[in-house]
Amino acid sequence: MLEARLRKTFPPQPDSAGFALDLEFSVTAGVTVLFGPSGAGKTLVLDSIAGFVKPDEGRVLLDDAILFDGASHVNLPPQQRNCGYVFQNYALFPHMTLRENLEFAAERRPRLERHRRVTEMLEKFHLTETAGRRPHEVSGGQRQRCSIARALIGAPKLLLLDEPATGLDAALRAEFYQALRQVRSEFETPIMLVTHDLEECFELGEEMLVLSGGKLIQSGTPRHVLDQPANLDVARILGAFNVLDAEIKTLDPGRNTSRLQVGEFEFEGTYFPGHLKGDRVRLCVRPEQLSVSTRQGKLEPNQMPGELLRSIETPRGMRLEFANGIAVALPHNEFSRLRDSRDWVIHFPSDALRVV
Amino acid sequence: MPIDWFPLWLSLRVAVLSTALALVGGLWLAYVLANREFRGKDVLDAAITLPLVLPPTVLGYYLLVLIGRASPVGKLWEGVFGSPLVFTWKAAVIAALLHALPLLVKSTRAALESVDRNYERAARNLGASEWKLFWRVTLPLARRSILAATILAFARALGDFGVTLMVAGNIPGRTQTVAVAIYDAVESGNGAVARVLVLVVSAVALLILTLANRLSPSRL
Repeated sequence: MLEARLRKTFPPQPDSAGFALDLEFSVTAGVTVLFGPSGAGKTLVLDSIAGFVKPDEGRVLLDDAILFDGASHVNLPPQQRNCGYVFQNYALFPHMTLRENLEFAAERRPRLERHRRVTEMLEKFHLTETAGRRPHEVSGGQRQRCSIARALIGAPKLLLLDEPATGLDAALRAEFYQALRQVRSEFETPIMLVTHDLEECFELGEEMLVLSGGKLIQSGTPRHVLDQPANLDVARILGAFNVLDAEIKTLDPGRNTSRLQVGEFEFEGTYFPGHLKGDRVRLCVRPEQLSVSTRQGKLEPNQMPGELLRSIETPRGMRLEFANGIAVALPHNEFSRLRDSRDWVIHFPSDALRVV
Repeated sequence: MPIDWFPLWLSLRVAVLSTALALVGGLWLAYVLANREFRGKDVLDAAITLPLVLPPTVLGYYLLVLIGRASPVGKLWEGVFGSPLVFTWKAAVIAALLHALPLLVKSTRAALESVDRNYERAARNLGASEWKLFWRVTLPLARRSILAATILAFARALGDFGVTLMVAGNIPGRTQTVAVAIYDAVESGNGAVARVLVLVVSAVALLILTLANRLSPSRL
């Protein structure tokens, strides 16, 4: 288990604005995803844990070992930290074969154990046949598995991965997810993974830390974060949210309902704890939570008319963009049923309305 | 017309020895300059580069002061080996070293610094000591550039004239290197000998530079 409190400030330079990293988190068994936009400080967090960067103050605890403690001036060098690190470009030594790469890493294990350990890892990651080749002579997937095997061979207490799937094509990406799931099931090493890809979060992550501007702004399971973004910032980072201004008309905790005024339309929602009647709030709804239909007569609650601006084909279906700024995602078959509509109505399910 | 080939062999021997010494010292200096932060680093860097820009007479003068028979180094040498250091072929090695070292340090430092930092981070992360990291990762990855720099340093050591003349002199059969021998032949009106030596030295230099080009990383 990793517990970290990190603070580091970079004063503004003539050619760059300043940056401050300031966060506290812990990582337990399983896969924890450090999620955030570019420049949020994700890699800086990994580098501080691995010992490539020295924080100004704070504390990094891995199991029983103090890796860094600003107050008592403890700062273990990377060599003694026992954290596996998979670099973005893998950083396999180009002048060594895959086997030699593993042997290099195995040298801190007892001499008698090394050979067996290397052979075992080569087998585990299906690299036995290519073990004698150099990194540039093997496939991307093999390079990827080799770098994971190399990071794990010293039996680290934590495995760090820096955007390992960024820039990979879909097939390689799937291969990588497969390899990481294997690590997850065969090794007990907690895994911390940096990404700015929401799908990767869901594919791999059991716990998600949302980072923005050097600060931790929300944590939880990916599902929880996506369903209940803590604030507008999180919603914006996760992307593709519809945001509506609304006023709370009534709140009924007993029946878990509320009534909202959204512009000229009336919505019914669930009870919003911590809010009062008359509050002006912002509602947050994901495009795939909405549905559409052809207008027939009078509008019912939780409906809003929309003028369709354009429909865009996406890998999973269609994305409809309306003149009032609302985006709706729906499956192909549903769209083809409705494609000739003139008057569109957008439906906002009560339980999808979140106040941020 | 008999040609005395001794100056050519002497020059080759001097160049090989001074390049070897420059490689050992240069590797260490380049490592320190590339990896350590300390006060006066820029001054040290400039001091190492100085021989590239100073006139040979200035360098020769410094060397005479440093290793002459009256200097502490000269006295020590004479005390240990029983004969003076200046005006021997060993002084010619030192003169050549003075030119080979800056070339080697500059290029080696650049070569070491151009190795992707991620490889070094990976090695440290995998528990490698700085020593293991240098010999097993950084140096092998930079080896082609360093080898090319060594060959250039060798070519430069082969051609030294001014400093050699000042500290090793022009003693035929003992300290007369090929560059000095050519000067000597021209001065004494021995044009045929000069022409042959000039052509041979040019051919050797051309060969060496071609070799260095083949090794430079851009050809990979």
